[in-house]
Amino acid sequence: MPTTRPLSPHLGIYRWRINMLQSTLHRLTGMYLCLGALLVTWALIAAATSEAAWSVFAGFWNGRGGEILLFLWMWSLWFHLCNGIQHLVRDAGRGYGPPLRDRAYSPSYWPMGWLIIAVSLALTVLVWVLLALRIAGGGA
Amino acid sequence: MSIYPGQEDLRTPIKVARGLGSSKTGVRHWWVQRGTAIALVPLSIWFLFLLGGMLHAANYAAVMASIAQPVHAIFLIVFTVFTFWHGALGLQVIIEDYVHTRWLEVTLEIALRFGAMLGALACVMAIVALWLAGAAHY
Repeated sequence: MPTTRPLSPHLGIYRWRINMLQSTLHRLTGMYLCLGALLVTWALIAAATSEAAWSVFAGFWNGRGGEILLFLWMWSLWFHLCNGIQHLVRDAGRGYGPPLRDRAYSPSYWPMGWLIIAVSLALTVLVWVLLALRIAGGGA
Repeated sequence: MSIYPGQEDLRTPIKVARGLGSSKTGVRHWWVQRGTAIALVPLSIWFLFLLGGMLHAANYAAVMASIAQPVHAIFLIVFTVFTFWHGALGLQVIIEDYVHTRWLEVTLEIALRFGAMLGALACVMAIVALWLAGAAHY
């Protein structure tokens, strides 16, 4: 039976800001990375079981679908990592508080969220290209 | 005695509740979430390098040889255990925030703990098995 106690006002009453996207993405990427942890577990168990079991796992990843999941995982990792560092900095009490949210007083406060998204995307593409070059160059 | 029927002492119910304080485990949750987060920053970057090395030569023998290196095996154990720990703490908060049906919330919280423990244990056992098998062969 659902609880009957009143809940605080939710998303609808607030003006949209980048930190809402950061918060939502942090949770979504966190959940996706948990799924990734299960896939890493599958990989390790498969490798420890037999070469045939590993081939089943490798077959799953070699397809286009596996590549898309891996790319999303890599971006999730970078976004969660970069945004997590901002969380840690603010947890330490730095760069946080009502005056900083004032654009006139601290112009970098809000764009920082966009910067985190941009940096996470750039790092994802960078790692992806490096991986592609390595695989192509290694000839394996 | 009291203005509240059935109440024996002079304290109001809210005063009694406040005296009990919190459940006293929230601070630990907060610290472990941050501690594992800090550890996972370098560990995740290291994991990408390991993954890069594996994708470079994505065949069975290369993967076995890679994990058979003690440094890789140990870092991989720490990485997977911290990942499951950090992930479980995060998912716990998500469940607490969005699942308002009490029986479902408790069921999911218990399933989450079992799942995280099982996942972490499975990873550790697989890595140790690969480490020992690799040490014998490579």
